[in-house]
Amino acid sequence: MITRRHMLLAGLAAPALLTGCDRLGQAPSFRDLVLERGEAVTRRVQRWIVGDALAREYTEADLSPDFRTNGSTSAEWNRDWVRGLESGWRDWALELGGLVDRPRRFTLAELQALPQRRQITRHDCVEGWSAIGGWEGPQLSTLLNAVGLRPEARFIVFHCADQLGGLTPSQYYESIDLREAFHPQTILAHRMNDAPLPVGHGAPLRLRVERQLGYKQAKFLMRIEAVSALDGIGKGRGGYWEDAGWYEWYAGI
Amino acid sequence: MHRHRLSVRLWHWLNAGTFLVMFMSGLMIFNAHPRLYWGEYGANPDPAWLEIGASDGQGLTRVGALTIETTGLLGLSEHRGTMRERAFPDWATLPSYYSLAVARRWHLTFAWLFAGGIAFYLLWTLLNGHLRRDLWPRRAEITPRAIWSDIVAHARLRLPRGAEAARYHILQKLAYLSVTLLAIPGMVLTGLAMSPAMTAAWPWLLDLFGGRQSARSLHFIIAWGLVGFIVVHLVMVLLAGPLNGIRAMITGRFRLPKERHP
Repeated sequence: MITRRHMLLAGLAAPALLTGCDRLGQAPSFRDLVLERGEAVTRRVQRWIVGDALAREYTEADLSPDFRTNGSTSAEWNRDWVRGLESGWRDWALELGGLVDRPRRFTLAELQALPQRRQITRHDCVEGWSAIGGWEGPQLSTLLNAVGLRPEARFIVFHCADQLGGLTPSQYYESIDLREAFHPQTILAHRMNDAPLPVGHGAPLRLRVERQLGYKQAKFLMRIEAVSALDGIGKGRGGYWEDAGWYEWYAGI
Repeated sequence: MHRHRLSVRLWHWLNAGTFLVMFMSGLMIFNAHPRLYWGEYGANPDPAWLEIGASDGQGLTRVGALTIETTGLLGLSEHRGTMRERAFPDWATLPSYYSLAVARRWHLTFAWLFAGGIAFYLLWTLLNGHLRRDLWPRRAEITPRAIWSDIVAHARLRLPRGAEAARYHILQKLAYLSVTLLAIPGMVLTGLAMSPAMTAAWPWLLDLFGGRQSARSLHFIIAWGLVGFIVVHLVMVLLAGPLNGIRAMITGRFRLPKERHP
């Protein structure tokens, strides 16, 4: 039979167990031995299964009536970005450098003159919500081929104009590896739902990397850099949220 | 007598611990966006069929058109002496503080044990005949009359004794089969149907559940269904003799309850 003593013991044990789990989740050894290793397995298995598969593409009828914004909805503290905004993006250019043979800048008009890809896809936020939107822009592979990647380049880093993080803000950035960078659906979108990309969604240019979660879809792009390792950038984990809160660098699930 | 096989016993305890981690970290993940939708898309501007939130100092839970005040438990609950907006309270989530990133690490790591466990269990019980011999209902058992008589027996709390207690009865069989063949595989598949990478690889996941947001809703509903199963399961263990039952699930040895004397 369950006695009052058992209930009391359970009442004492439950918070202790919970505190124990909180501590365990914060302990470096448990993080490294179990949770980091679990993530490595998840990443490898997913990438092996997904291969080069395309994310599902939808039709106009499937579009979200109202695609919400999130994260930064402006980059007004960044002078170069503001100058771009005020000039109707004539005074803005995307810088492409790092481990490339021919570093250069692309104006918005030059990006628009490249072959374009249009795709209606589902945006999955790490929080759980989804929205379907139409995106248009050149494939990232077109730009990378134009500047010529050096053999030692392994990651592509996206430096953004926006900052997050309250009192001690830091620059938003993201990174992907070459396999994801050369995927046909990986585009730099300057149009959304058949209109110029709105400021709230990262004007004038944002990354779409359709087989990963929302925080990888860097907005307000200013500079793209090819690197051999992620160590020297930010806190070295490959992205703003990866640095700030232990989010996974490979955001496939 | 010998009752539970090693495979069943191992899986049972692995699953008990894993489910607790999965459920509590899942509630934390839900707290990041405490709204549920049907279909492919669903975000704040879209209609939600379930929503847990707070307004004017009240915790509110809305299911369809029905809104109930749930202050103290859902929407608004106490955290270290102060009331705080939180869909599920801190004592129910893993971690107990708000961290979507840490909850995801727990959830996605232990998902391997959960998914691997059910795959191992189903394969093993198919091969050794446990599923067919002990769990699959016989034709005579699935008549409405037989099911009804088992419902009546349970409602009167007249649990089988003697040798009859050693085999599974029809409600038990249906419960265990729906958990092992439907609910747990359903949790794994609805979980995968929320992944942008996995739905690129296996788009049929989206068709199976009617879209990513439907899969998220079903993931939530089946999780609570499993909690319901566990509650009933624990009550039945208590009624049937908890020490004997727990010992049988640890060591495999089961003492037959004495026959009732008239």
